Amino acid sequence: MKQLMLGNAAVARGLYEAGCCVISSYPGTPSTEITEEAVKYPEIYCEWAPNEKVAMETAFGACLAGKRAFCAMKHVGLNVAADPLYTMSYTGVNAGMVIGVADDPGMHSSQNEQDSRHHAIAAKVPMLEPSDSAEALEFAKLAYELSEEFDTPVLLKMCTRVAHSQSVVETSPRTEPEMRPYEKNIAKYVMMPGNAIRRHPFVEERTRKLQEWAETAPVNRVEMGGAKVGIITSSTSYQYVKEVFGDSVSVLKLGMANPLPVKLIQDFACKVERLVVVEEMDPVIEKHCKALGLAVSGKDALPMEGEFSQNLIAEKLGGEVHTGRTIADPIPPRPPVMCAGCPHRGLFYVLSKNKCTVLGDIGCYTLGAVAPLAAMDMTLCMGASISAVHGFNKARGAESEGKTVAVIGDSTFMHSGMTGLANIAYNQSNSTVIILDNSITGMTGHQQNPTTGYNIKGDPAGKIDLEALCKAMGFNRVRVVDPYDLKACDTVLKEELAAAEPSVIISRRPCALLKYVKHEAPLKVDIVKCVGCRSCMKIGCPAISIREGKAHVDATLCVGCGVCQQLCGVKAFA
Amino acid sequence: METKNIMIVGVGGQGSLLASKLLGHLLMEQGYDVKVSEVHGMSQRGGSVVTYVRYGDKVNSPVIDKGEADYIVSFEILEAARWLSYLKPDGQIVTSTQQIDPMPVITGAASYPEGLVEKMRAAGAKVDALDCLALAEEAGSSKAVNIVLMGRLSHYFDLPDQAWQASLEAMVPPKFLELNKKAFELGKKA
Repeated sequence: MKQLMLGNAAVARGLYEAGCCVISSYPGTPSTEITEEAVKYPEIYCEWAPNEKVAMETAFGACLAGKRAFCAMKHVGLNVAADPLYTMSYTGVNAGMVIGVADDPGMHSSQNEQDSRHHAIAAKVPMLEPSDSAEALEFAKLAYELSEEFDTPVLLKMCTRVAHSQSVVETSPRTEPEMRPYEKNIAKYVMMPGNAIRRHPFVEERTRKLQEWAETAPVNRVEMGGAKVGIITSSTSYQYVKEVFGDSVSVLKLGMANPLPVKLIQDFACKVERLVVVEEMDPVIEKHCKALGLAVSGKDALPMEGEFSQNLIAEKLGGEVHTGRTIADPIPPRPPVMCAGCPHRGLFYVLSKNKCTVLGDIGCYTLGAVAPLAAMDMTLCMGASISAVHGFNKARGAESEGKTVAVIGDSTFMHSGMTGLANIAYNQSNSTVIILDNSITGMTGHQQNPTTGYNIKGDPAGKIDLEALCKAMGFNRVRVVDPYDLKACDTVLKEELAAAEPSVIISRRPCALLKYVKHEAPLKVDIVKCVGCRSCMKIGCPAISIREGKAHVDATLCVGCGVCQQLCGVKAFA
Repeated sequence: METKNIMIVGVGGQGSLLASKLLGHLLMEQGYDVKVSEVHGMSQRGGSVVTYVRYGDKVNSPVIDKGEADYIVSFEILEAARWLSYLKPDGQIVTSTQQIDPMPVITGAASYPEGLVEKMRAAGAKVDALDCLALAEEAGSSKAVNIVLMGRLSHYFDLPDQAWQASLEAMVPPKFLELNKKAFELGKKA
C-alpha cells in the first residue's frame, strides 16, 4: 500500500517488516520518532533507556540472544554509545543488529554538527544512508540482511531532512525470522586481549568483503546523463542535485556511506569530464576519491557548515538560482524561548538575580541562556553541568563555591548526571547541583524516563526516587522547591550556596505542556494600577508584552503560573 | 506537472504540523508525488517554524528555496514577512493577521514593524490577510487557526470540496471534527 510517511516512521516500518523484536533507544532530535513509531507495532518490544550506551548494549544483548534488535540515537548520542559500538564491531552479531543514528546538519536542535560517518569508518562498521522515506524503509530491511550475512552491526544514518520529511513509501507485510539459537562462544563474544587479537583480522577481512559488495550493490547506482559533469552524492544532497540538474548531469548515488566502493567510483570518473562530490558536512567521499588519485572538486566550492539546498547547489555549481522579493524593514529574529508557564523560568530568574555562575546542560532549560534571563555560563554535552561545577569549584575554591551551581534536567540527570554526582560525593567539592525536575523529557517532545514512573507506552513502570538516590550517594542536604515560588527558591538557593557541604536542590514542577497539568485562568493586567515599570519583563515570558506603555498579557498563551505577579510592585496582575 | 510549492510558516506551537498533514493527505489522494518537510525539536519552543509541502509528478528536494513558493500560508504576520523572499514572483500569501511579539521585541531590543501587509503588497506580493484567530474562536477554539487557514487556502485550489472534507475526516480526531469543519468553512467563506 502506498502512503505518505515520515522518514523516521519509514525506518520503524522497515524494522517491523524485517522482524525486529527488541528496540531500546534514548530520545534525541532528529531520531526520536523512529522509536515512537515502532512502539505502535505490538510485535516489537520498545523501551526508552536512560542513555544511548545502555540502549545499544541492551539491543546487543537481544541480538546476542538471537532476536533482531535495534537502537536509535542522535549523532551526539553515538558518542555516548561509541564504547560498545567499537567493540561490537569485533564480536559481530548473532541475530541482526542495526543502529539508527540521525545527524543534524544546520543544527536545528543540536549542540554541534558532527558527521557520524566518521564513527562508521573508525569503528569499521558498514553504514547505509537513505535519501528519502522509501529508501529509509528499504535500507532498514537491507541493514538486517547485511548484519547477518557479514556478521556485523550496521549503522543506518539519517539526517534531519530525511528523518523529518514525509515522502511516499510502499509497505509490505512483516516477515518473522526464527529466533537464532544462542550458543556460548567465548572466543567470539568475550573481548579480552587474547580473543580480540584474533577478531581484529576478521574485522579487516569483513571490511574488504563489504567493499566488494559495495561495488555492485544496487544501493550504489549510476544515473548517466551525459559525459560533461559527473556528480557523486548521497543522502538528501542527492535530492538537491536532482532538483537542480535533473537528468542533465551524470550522478553516482551512494546508498552506502561505509565502506565506499573503489572500482565503481573509478569507472564513473572515467566516463565524465568533470567530477564533483556533493556531500553535506565533512568531505568523506571527496577524501576517498582523492586517495584514489582522482581529480575531484567538492569542498573547494561547497561549504562544510550547515544544510545544502537547491539554490546553494545551483549557485555553487552553475544552475538556475531563484530569488525573491523583500521589504526594507528589518525583521526581528524569533529565537525559541521557554514556554509561558515553563517551570524553569522562575528558577532561572532567581539564579539571574543572585548573579550565579550557572553551568548548564542539554534540554529545554538551555534556553535559560537567552536574554533577558541570560542565566547560563556553559552548555557542553549531556551531564557535563555536574562534572564541570565540581571542576570549577576545585579550581577556584571557596570564591566560586558560594555562587556557582550546576543545572540539569531530570532526564539528563538519569542519562549521565549520576556519575558526575558520584564524583562530587567521592572527591568532595562543596558544589551545589540543581535538578530541574519537570517530570518528563521535554525538548524532544515528552518522553518518559526513569524518574517519571511510566514507560514508553504510558504504562506504570519503575520510578527512581531522586531524593533517596542523592541521599544514598552521601548528600546530606537535599532540598525540594517549587520553581513557581520565587521567594522559596531564593531562600533555598542562598542557604545551599552558603552551606559548608555539597547539596542538591530539586526544583520540581511538571512541564506546563503536559496534558495532565491543569492550568489556571490567564492573568489580566489592571492598566490603571500598572505603572509601566517593566519589572514583569525581566522573566522573558512570551505571554507578556508592553502595549502603549503598560504590561499586556496574551490570554491565548498565559497559563496563570503567577511568576510575573510576584515581581509586580503595584499588584497590577490579577 | 511541474512541482508546486506550499510553505506553512508560523510560531512554534501554533499547529502547523496538522496543516501539513492535511495537505499531504489531500495531495496524495489527488495522485501526486508529495514531500512534506518539517522541523521538530528546539524551534518548536516558540521559535520561527516552517514546513514545506511540495507536490507534482516527481518531487526531489524536500525543501523549498528562495523565490520558489507558490503559496505561503502564515499563522502570524511577521512570519509571513520573514519568509517573503521565498515567494515566487507570482506567488500568493495567505496569512492570519495575528501578531505575536518575538522575544527581542518583548525585551525592547527590537521593534515589531508596522503595516506589514501593505509593505508586502507594495513589494509586489499578493497578500490575502484575515483575522484567523477570531474565526477560529468563532468556530469554538483558538487552536483551530490552522484549519481556518486551510479553508482560506482552498479558495486558490481547483479541487472539489469533498476532497478537502475527506482529508479533514482522515486527519482530525473525531471529537474535534465538527469544530474543525466549522473552522474550515469560516476560513473558506471569509
